[in-house]
Amino acid sequence: MKQSGNLPRSGFGSLVLIAAVLGGGAAAFAYTAGWLSPGRLTPERMIAALAPPGGAPLGHRRNHAKGICFTGAFEANGNGAELSRARIFERGKYLAVGRFNLGTTDPNAVDATARVRGLGLQITAADGEEWRMALINPPFFAVSTPQAFHDLLIASGQKDPEAMKAFIQSNPEFAAFAAWAKTAPWTESYAQDAYHGLNSFIFTDARGGERTVRWSLLPAAPAVPISQAELERRGPDFLEQEITERIRTDGPQRWTMVTTVAGPGDPTADPSKAWPEGRRTVQVGTLVVQRIEQERDGPCRDINFDPTVLPKGIRVSDDPFPAARSSVYRKSYDLRAAEAGSYPRTEVAKP
Amino acid sequence: MSNAHHRFAPIQRFLHWLMAACIIAMLFIGVGMVSTVAPTYLPLILIHKTLGVTLLVLVLIRLALRLHYGAPPLPEDLPPAIRLGARLSHLALYGLMIVMPLLGLGMLWAAAYPVVLYGGIEIPAVLPQSDRAHTLLWSAHFYLGFAFFAIVLLHLAAALFHALVRRDGVFGTMALFTLRNRTTPSE
Repeated sequence: MKQSGNLPRSGFGSLVLIAAVLGGGAAAFAYTAGWLSPGRLTPERMIAALAPPGGAPLGHRRNHAKGICFTGAFEANGNGAELSRARIFERGKYLAVGRFNLGTTDPNAVDATARVRGLGLQITAADGEEWRMALINPPFFAVSTPQAFHDLLIASGQKDPEAMKAFIQSNPEFAAFAAWAKTAPWTESYAQDAYHGLNSFIFTDARGGERTVRWSLLPAAPAVPISQAELERRGPDFLEQEITERIRTDGPQRWTMVTTVAGPGDPTADPSKAWPEGRRTVQVGTLVVQRIEQERDGPCRDINFDPTVLPKGIRVSDDPFPAARSSVYRKSYDLRAAEAGSYPRTEVAKP
Repeated sequence: MSNAHHRFAPIQRFLHWLMAACIIAMLFIGVGMVSTVAPTYLPLILIHKTLGVTLLVLVLIRLALRLHYGAPPLPEDLPPAIRLGARLSHLALYGLMIVMPLLGLGMLWAAAYPVVLYGGIEIPAVLPQSDRAHTLLWSAHFYLGFAFFAIVLLHLAAALFHALVRRDGVFGTMALFTLRNRTTPSE
């Protein structure tokens, strides 16, 4: 490399400067990538915390791993248009694809072991615009922040009973969730559960007016309480069999979508805090579940129910969860797509 | 056109430095966004997608300008190995500038994510959902991103070497404002 002795006098200093620029650039890059910050909450760390002792369920979602697909329609009644200019709220019938699921990392979990049930949903407007969401049946979330959720996963996975005690001490909001888990009745059907979005979002109306809202899907089917022991007796996959049979014999199942508008000062950034009773609610439409399909070959399998896939007229609020969920769901999707061979479809995938 | 023998055309120099800033920003945003669950994740993703598509348009313009204006010749006394390295690294940079946005778009399409840019502009999907295609495109986008950063660093090192050590006028051909008097290394 060295030219025949004609490097300027400043040659050595220049080389040092070049090395410093490269080293500095590489170090800044490493810092940005989190390689120098082992404490940073990355999607990888969240997914590692979710993994059960036996290892992650290859080819499956890293959480809510057990589920069954449905197709149907979202029938908007037009009332939502006063809150949001999203096309999906214009009176009409829109394609819905979704997934009933259990809050477990085990795709073969016994139904009666999963306290939390969920519903993933994708609604597609006439022009192809999508709205995705993933809701669960508790009326408020277990913790206030994504970091606390990570800490909960770590604490609850430890054998040391002091770990959970310490967690509850530093995250007192968890007590309300623990009480719900202990006392809320179980139901005998996915069709009898209410599913709550929990996270707040901002709706923008046609005139540019903004409101912070949360939404829920409230079932038309009356809840039939059942003990956990009775649910266990009915079999490990009872809920999937039940919803399939129910729709075959009773026809489509319905949920009313209710949006709740935050009042001034309501905790919009904390899904563990329910908003006070009496807040304005607007029924915006009905989810009609018309057909059940096994997940393995079903239309919901390939959907990442990323709650930040939103139509124009809905955007994220100061609630930190949708961003965190988006980041972690995406990692989960990347992993399970790469591991699809471990969860093969029974038919050859369409080209 | 005679100026083309000593310097790149002003529009080429302008695009070079504009894209350099954007590409470095893209590389940092890329590794930053995939390593966080913080609320900044969403704006970073939005910027990454929007800037990526913008850069794809810019590199096509730049390629056309390069074909039209050409490039100033390298110094006669540049050793053949360095000459080859320069040619290959520039081919790699052009290749990555073109391929990276396409891989990024492709991996989003193959995962059935709507590609919505800043301002609500949606890029329609041209690939169907596919686990295999997504994994391939994602891996290529991810690993080539690191290769891209390495080549950018190499390019920067070479530029500084020309500017500070060899002082052979190569840096001046792309410099935006100040242009030092050309000094030949054999003086």
